[in-house]
Amino acid sequence: MTRLRPHHALAALPVLGILVGVPFANRVHGYIFGLPFVLAWIVGCVLLTSAVMALIGALDRAAARDEGDGGGRA
Amino acid sequence: MNAALAVIAAFVVVAFALGLLARRGRTMSLEQWTVGGRGFGALFVFLLMAGEIYTTFTFLGGSGWAYGKGAPAFYILCYGAIAYTISYFLLPVVWRYAARHQLHSQADFFVAKYRSRVLGILASAVGVVAMVPYLVLQLKGLGIIVSETSYGSITPAVAIWIGTGLLVVYVIVSGVRGSAWTAVLKDVMILAVAVALGVYLPRHYYGGYQPMFEAIEHAKPGFLTLPARGMSATWLVSTVALTSLGFYMWPHAFASTYTAKGEDVFRKNAAVMPLYQLVLLFVFFAGFAAILQVPGLKGADADLSLLKLVKKTFPPGLVGLIGAAGVLTALVPGSMLMLTSATVLAKNVYRPLVGAVEERTVAILARALVPVVALVAAWLALRGASLVPLLLLGYNFVTQLFPALVLSLGETPWATPAGAIAGIVTGEAAVIWLSASGVTLAKLFPTWPGTITDLNIGIVAMVANIAVLVLVSVLTRGAPRGARAA
Repeated sequence: MTRLRPHHALAALPVLGILVGVPFANRVHGYIFGLPFVLAWIVGCVLLTSAVMALIGALDRAAARDEGDGGGRA
Repeated sequence: MNAALAVIAAFVVVAFALGLLARRGRTMSLEQWTVGGRGFGALFVFLLMAGEIYTTFTFLGGSGWAYGKGAPAFYILCYGAIAYTISYFLLPVVWRYAARHQLHSQADFFVAKYRSRVLGILASAVGVVAMVPYLVLQLKGLGIIVSETSYGSITPAVAIWIGTGLLVVYVIVSGVRGSAWTAVLKDVMILAVAVALGVYLPRHYYGGYQPMFEAIEHAKPGFLTLPARGMSATWLVSTVALTSLGFYMWPHAFASTYTAKGEDVFRKNAAVMPLYQLVLLFVFFAGFAAILQVPGLKGADADLSLLKLVKKTFPPGLVGLIGAAGVLTALVPGSMLMLTSATVLAKNVYRPLVGAVEERTVAILARALVPVVALVAAWLALRGASLVPLLLLGYNFVTQLFPALVLSLGETPWATPAGAIAGIVTGEAAVIWLSASGVTLAKLFPTWPGTITDLNIGIVAMVANIAVLVLVSVLTRGAPRGARAA
């Protein structure tokens, strides 16, 4: 099992942004880059997913190096 | 034959040639035919997996829903992101276990974890049943593209048969190696076409994105936000939750994770794949651009909107190029689905049921099943229904495997084989009953608030599945647990 570390909680941010945030972001006005607000919000969540998962990946690799276990077989 | 069809035919010939070249000099054993002899590098695996994401569903279904439904189409952009987040934690565990036990298919995973051949057969059957609507969707897409680009000379029904024939020949000729090479061609083309259309069409017809969206909002107020009832925010959230859990439960998607070199591949993909997915945004733009330019397409005809607008905008040669990209987005995933369902039926259903069968017999059966699966799918494809509901139906089926999978991930599975089987059977029975009867929560409980009754009906099946799984697992455990539960 991938050992859960505190920084893994970051992964919940974009998920909550979609599952909890979208009902509140459900409006057209407040265009961002020409997109209706709700669509811009969703695109933002997708971009955030990518950034957060890259960060978590980097932190996990760093933690694996510190423990000297090579991060499993990968 | 017009210029558009000629261009499409040329690309089909190229795809067939790639398939033939890919198999040259190799003997086609079952292993070679289905998993490419396990010789795929990381990039190829990535392309195969990405190849499954960009299907006709993305191209025609995504634009069709943006055209016909508006904001509810945005769900398509959401569930992938959540699925990749889950994959970061889930897939390394699956991969490690599969690598240690030399597993080949999704069914193998259930068989090994639960030590139950019945569960393997059940999971395989569920997978095949779920893949059928997904395959039907590709055939319908092929039919739409061929009949639209023929400018009326080929009827949709004939076009579906032509598409089915192409797909069967393609699968039998090339197997998975052909798919991988064509996937490269397909991905380059669909990326270029989607981005070009999504940038050009709004600019050409409206002078930019914001003017386009303002014009739509003016003509159809509320179209760009989720409605208060029906496909409301509740619907979107529950649909996204359900489909993101089902994302890796497809037999072909699950098994393609086995081919990765190491578990770090999934951790990197979790950051890259969401970006790749933003191509969908441009597909939406094309669909939105069509709303005021080719108005009046109702129901399933909304899936035609992208091609109608393309035909209005560009000369036949260019229409052919765009149609060819569309044909490839149906051919590649369609061949993967057809190949996987035929192989799963032969290897994971027929073989365990019959007992000792030679590898060669299974290989012959797998190939013989390809046209059978194709005929069933073609027959269904001729019976109407638009693209997105087809995929959602497949997802409702396949997501029912998720609880049994997750509860098996510990050292010893938390659920018992009987519990897992009972849960899956309950979930599938609920899905079949709910989709066949057309029951919705809103109809059952008309006085309840929309925040509850708009929940995707698949959630109901999922809850029933989990409840039965837990109950039966607790009841069928060893004495100490049973005593504690009592």
